[in-house]
Amino acid sequence: MTATSTPTGQAGPASAGARPFDVTAIRADFPILGRTVRGGRPLVYLDSGATSHKPRQVLDAERDFYTMHNSAAHRGAHLLGEEATDAYEGARARVAAFIGADPGEIVFTKSATEALNLVAYAMSNAATAGPQAQRFRVGPGDEVLVTEMEHHANLVPWQQLCQRTGATLRWFGVTRDGRLDLSRADDLVTDRTRLVAVTHQSNVTGTIPPVAQIAALARARGALVVADGAQSVPHRPVDVTALGADFLAFSAHKMLGPSGIGVLWGRRELLEAMPPFISGGSMIEVVRMEGSTFLPPPERFEAGVPAAAQAAGLAAACDYLDALGMENVAAHEEALTAHALDALGAIPGVRILGPLTTEQRGGAVSFTVDEVHPHDVGQVLDELGIAVRANHHCAWPLHRALGTAASTRATFYVYNTHDEVDALVEGVRQTQRFFS
Amino acid sequence: MEVESMYREIILDHYRHPHNKGLREPYDAQVHHVNPLCGDEVTLRVALKDAAGEAAVADVSYDALGCSISQASASVMTEAVIGKTVREAMDISGAFLELMQSRGAAEPDEDLLGDAVAFEGVAKYPARIKCALLGWMAWKDATAQALEGSAGAALRSSGEQT
Repeated sequence: MTATSTPTGQAGPASAGARPFDVTAIRADFPILGRTVRGGRPLVYLDSGATSHKPRQVLDAERDFYTMHNSAAHRGAHLLGEEATDAYEGARARVAAFIGADPGEIVFTKSATEALNLVAYAMSNAATAGPQAQRFRVGPGDEVLVTEMEHHANLVPWQQLCQRTGATLRWFGVTRDGRLDLSRADDLVTDRTRLVAVTHQSNVTGTIPPVAQIAALARARGALVVADGAQSVPHRPVDVTALGADFLAFSAHKMLGPSGIGVLWGRRELLEAMPPFISGGSMIEVVRMEGSTFLPPPERFEAGVPAAAQAAGLAAACDYLDALGMENVAAHEEALTAHALDALGAIPGVRILGPLTTEQRGGAVSFTVDEVHPHDVGQVLDELGIAVRANHHCAWPLHRALGTAASTRATFYVYNTHDEVDALVEGVRQTQRFFS
Repeated sequence: MEVESMYREIILDHYRHPHNKGLREPYDAQVHHVNPLCGDEVTLRVALKDAAGEAAVADVSYDALGCSISQASASVMTEAVIGKTVREAMDISGAFLELMQSRGAAEPDEDLLGDAVAFEGVAKYPARIKCALLGWMAWKDATAQALEGSAGAALRSSGEQT
């Protein structure tokens, strides 16, 4: 059946096999890049860190599901139900292959945010679950360790967990150049630490923290490790067997896939012992009026009718990215990032937040412009057809730590060009002239 | 550029040279408002007075962090409401809110709004409406608190009619 993508790259870009990274051919796969914006200008989309565009291969996969196979996966006593289940479970296998995991370790959620909340709520639910959930219990005297660099999605759920359980929240700070400050690691990672949550790549500064190193410290103390992969999985090769973490969260819509579906990867033995977060249909084993028992993972964590069309779209996105090669994707973005860091950094009055080189740094370039508020920078850029993000990018504490309330952020992906970086740089200069 | 329809010269003037910025004494109520989207914030104070038996705006002062639109709007707002009765000021505030929600389709009352009519172009950019409203909403909140508070007690009979 066609809805189930296979790891052979059938849904890959039209350019696959021709040249290793033909941006012109890639752009032709993205219908939205053909439209114009304000004043009839071409779209310069530098906001993929917020959400990426979708190639027609992904759109086709979703459409094909709805056109040919639409049904409730894991339910119907009919052919369409079988096909929908195949599409959904095929997507699970495809996503697992994309990050080097086993299919049984892939939990579909609605978003990366929900994936992180799933772990946080499972941990407070562990208080009243059976003895097998002991490992997830936290309470007074226990500590949850995060970083000042986190997106609110990997901060607020842990604040809330601490509030519900009486555990204490602690955090790694950031250095002035936007790296994680590990100088107090021995003080922060202790026998009281029950969980460490850390980003795998900052959505503001692009900083890539040493997750494996932090995970080794945490695991030596028996703590669980959660990595937020929302900005890493779409942009570079990620292999969970080398990650060191116990859980990894990411979302489809930032990796060329549909909105409405995210992923939680977890080590199998942990998922098996973990109590559910959202309960209802599909996740139960036996239901009686007095109480219920639950299915093994991953179904235990997937209550409700699965988002099978979105899963099929995500599988097609994995095909597309693998056909490009994630090493090539990372190299392309690194070149764009280096270009942006050099050219923006050369403008007087522009300050780049975070590392100034591409070393351990991904393709998010956030900056401030002296005397011009990010909203105003974003507005003038928008007028020029350049789409950026201009606020705190859901990382308010990080902005505070870097000494600013907000910033303007350009993020790059497979379809961006060096000409677009130049357009951004010229746009920033124009902004300065406008407000001078 | 089309964007100049939003960044009218009068707005840029207020942005570069804000009126009534800097917190002043005395005041009857102080509020702190934040735009959660961007982190922009305003701390605003209102002092009321009695004007022939009716509550009136004696003074508005503020301190703010934010974009040109939010800064200029707060400055224009203070000019628009200081010296007016609370009832008149609430009418102006209401007209400004209506203008912002019009998506550019309103025909603003220039006599009522004064300089605030320059924000007409902002209404065409939905993402910026919250910026333009930040100072106005803070003023409305502070004024309501001042009317409820002890300082407003003497004015309550007239204030409740607004």
